[in-house]
Amino acid sequence: MRVGVVTFPGTLDDHDAARAVRYAGGEAVPLWHGDSDLQGVSGVILPGGFSYGDYLRCGAIARFSPIMNSIISAAEQGLPVLGICNGFQVLCESHLLPGALTRNVGLHFLCRDQEIEIVNNESAWTADFGRGEIITIPLKNGEGSYQCDEQTLRDLEENNRVIARYVGVNPNGSRNAIAGITNARGNVVGIMPHPEHAIDPLTGPTSDGLTFFTSLMKSRV
Amino acid sequence: MVKVIVDVVLKDEILDPQGDAISRALPRMGFSFKTTNVRQGKSFILTLDHSPSASELKEIESAAATLLSNPVIETFTIRVED
Repeated sequence: MRVGVVTFPGTLDDHDAARAVRYAGGEAVPLWHGDSDLQGVSGVILPGGFSYGDYLRCGAIARFSPIMNSIISAAEQGLPVLGICNGFQVLCESHLLPGALTRNVGLHFLCRDQEIEIVNNESAWTADFGRGEIITIPLKNGEGSYQCDEQTLRDLEENNRVIARYVGVNPNGSRNAIAGITNARGNVVGIMPHPEHAIDPLTGPTSDGLTFFTSLMKSRV
Repeated sequence: MVKVIVDVVLKDEILDPQGDAISRALPRMGFSFKTTNVRQGKSFILTLDHSPSASELKEIESAAATLLSNPVIETFTIRVED
């Protein structure tokens, strides 16, 4: 399966995301922010980093790039899209996911191995997990506090749209300890911690993150 | 030159850890005035060589609502300084 990995100016984790796709048995297709051709991929990953220097707001400028125009319309048609960290911020700015990510409650940039619980194992990117499975993957962000209004929060909780929750501590002050969410259809997922950095114990704390990528492969078979 | 200033602040219900940090720093620095709350925002200063027309102001409002602010978490106000 061909999976697109987008590179914006300031993207950092595109190589790890491409490697994760290959580990899961897929072919990683580099997608450039200035192009609008999705090259027939069956899924897209928006990796972490600081797209466009995080100027204005995290993900705000990236949202208006040519590749995002294509991704937004494809995602609305059901194309699986995974936004990790800065990619999650881009998805919120694009209104593919509700809410927004703001400064961590302690104001510090955090970098740690974080336990999260997979709350929804029915999305395109989490179907291979067990429900309630607890995994450890790296978290590294300065603006990872998930915020939304009461109505949105209720909608997310009642419709099983919370993908993952922080376990133990709520490191950045996210509402309801939310680490990741999905859209109503389950094809678009945003997650703050980094599954692509935890695909091989040689280079990460665990290989727990790989399941995000194998989930996509299975969902499309 | 005419300045159109767009002030953007986080909505009241959105946590503002930067404002909270400033709020805690004020008494620590010896300022005696009491604040019940501090919110931090940002300003965009658009300089024009003419007074904006009604339709230009409408466009600026649209830019403020789409690019300059994120309506999910922020509100904005627009003022014109001649």
